[in-house]
Amino acid sequence: MSQNKYAAGVKEYRETYWTPDYIPLDTDLLACFKVTPQPGVPNEEAAAAVAAESSTGTWTTVWTDLLTDLDFYKGRAYRIEPVPGDPEAFYAFIAYPIDLFEEGSIVNVLTSLVGNVFGFKAVKHLRLEDIRFPIAYVKTCLGPPNGIQVERDKLNKYGRPMLGCTIKPKLGLSAKNYGRAVYECLRGGLDFTKDDENINSQPFMRWQNRFEFVAEAIYKAQQETGEKKGHYLNVTAPDPEAMYERAQFAKELGMPIIMHDFLTAGFTANTGLAKWCRKNGMLLHIHRAMHAVIDRHPKHGIHFRVLAKCLRLSGGDHIHTGTVVGKLEGDRGATMGFVDLLRESFIPEDRARGIFFDQDWGSMPGVFAVASGGIHVWHMPALVTIFGDDSVLQFGGGTLGHPWGNAAGAAANRVALEACVKARNQGREIEKEGRDVLMDAAKSSPELAIALETWKEIKFEFETVDKLDAA
Amino acid sequence: MALKNETMQDYRTKQTMETFSFLPSMSQDEIYEQIAYLLANRWSPSVEHEHPSKAGNHYWAMWKLPFFGETDLGAVVAELEACHRAYPDHHVRLVGYDNYTQSQGAAFVVYRARG
Repeated sequence: MSQNKYAAGVKEYRETYWTPDYIPLDTDLLACFKVTPQPGVPNEEAAAAVAAESSTGTWTTVWTDLLTDLDFYKGRAYRIEPVPGDPEAFYAFIAYPIDLFEEGSIVNVLTSLVGNVFGFKAVKHLRLEDIRFPIAYVKTCLGPPNGIQVERDKLNKYGRPMLGCTIKPKLGLSAKNYGRAVYECLRGGLDFTKDDENINSQPFMRWQNRFEFVAEAIYKAQQETGEKKGHYLNVTAPDPEAMYERAQFAKELGMPIIMHDFLTAGFTANTGLAKWCRKNGMLLHIHRAMHAVIDRHPKHGIHFRVLAKCLRLSGGDHIHTGTVVGKLEGDRGATMGFVDLLRESFIPEDRARGIFFDQDWGSMPGVFAVASGGIHVWHMPALVTIFGDDSVLQFGGGTLGHPWGNAAGAAANRVALEACVKARNQGREIEKEGRDVLMDAAKSSPELAIALETWKEIKFEFETVDKLDAA
Repeated sequence: MALKNETMQDYRTKQTMETFSFLPSMSQDEIYEQIAYLLANRWSPSVEHEHPSKAGNHYWAMWKLPFFGETDLGAVVAELEACHRAYPDHHVRLVGYDNYTQSQGAAFVVYRARG
């Protein structure tokens, strides 16, 4: 029986939603927000407001509040901490009861946690830094259709990172010329080629034609090299029916892997496609177009580690993580943090790598980290060191831009990769000795020698915009 | 850079067998170093062999059973050599079973089939 009397009006959020004595339950979903309040708003009030607006609260008291047990359902701000190096912001830790969320629905979790609250006037900026998904919730999600271990077994690739390449130019090739570029890369020694994310089904190359020519390229390259090959056939489409139609055709052609853009297409589409992939024995490569809109600003939006966790729960066997060393944004510590969150089964809190909570994934399979964007053979020692074996290293320009063409470019990358893995296994520090390792390997590979000469002066040394918070 | 046609080389497609098959054949010492890496990771060494005509299959014939708990590099080398002597016309590869990931931490061809 409700003990409270109904009193209309506006209450301060902290009366209800600021609970510093609360000890989070193992089943709670925990979130860490970086909050920059409007001037004059106390931190506790701002934290409580975030908790309220992302859970049960609305701006005024309503009589129907008294028909339920709000103390059971409300989100609670249970801790605030200063942000190192940013005096106007603070971290708010919020605990949400598991019953606030539909089972297996990343869509529902995000609609609550990053919904209206991000436009809330009392906060100037708001960034979701991390979510701890309780194991009880993890178990309601299906996750990666295959996972790292199954993919290695299917493709017979062990003891090294895999190699890929995005076919360029990204727009405008005919299907037959496109398939030629795929074939050349694969016969030269790459494991995968990839549709650029922009490639869906445009007038210059309709998807059926692309899939058919690419399939021929894959079968021929497999036959001639004796190795298993794949091409990420992008099934991202205007509507779910078209997406499934494309996926089904890829399967009918006997292709091992398809591709999806999880943010532009949305989590409903992604989770559905991941379920289809599990049912149909298909690997799923995930691209992340639009992520930088959401994750790059250090004070507002959603950190990529959250998007990465959401993808692991929604389902994907590969996801792009940045390269640390190439042309695109990426802090090394933070990148290593979310790479662990993608691949490991238990990841402890580690503020030095931006991880705010212990995360237990139970038996959920891991996701391959994909490093892609502006990388070439000289980056290979650093990439092997940073990403380790459970990764896909993708050299687009770094394969296709080889002076002798795609096959030679592919071979150069494969030789460089294997030389680095071999040296690493010998106990050499390949990041330090990278130059010697590569130059030595080039003695028996003219393709690598030319590649090293071609890209010797390309560097991408700009400051990272989104750095980890430090004093 | 602009290349003259005569300086551009043709790339001839190779039959390869996964990890390390793009490098020159390893010396005996280099193979020992890779076996030592496998053992240092506490993976279980296992020897497999297959005729080249069937090398594209996932499963190759196992030579005996995986050598669980083996830590002696010399013992692994002896098994590889024995397998190669018994099946000179087969490829022979070394696998390192990783029971934690339920995968193979290492797998590479040590002997290519003769002839």
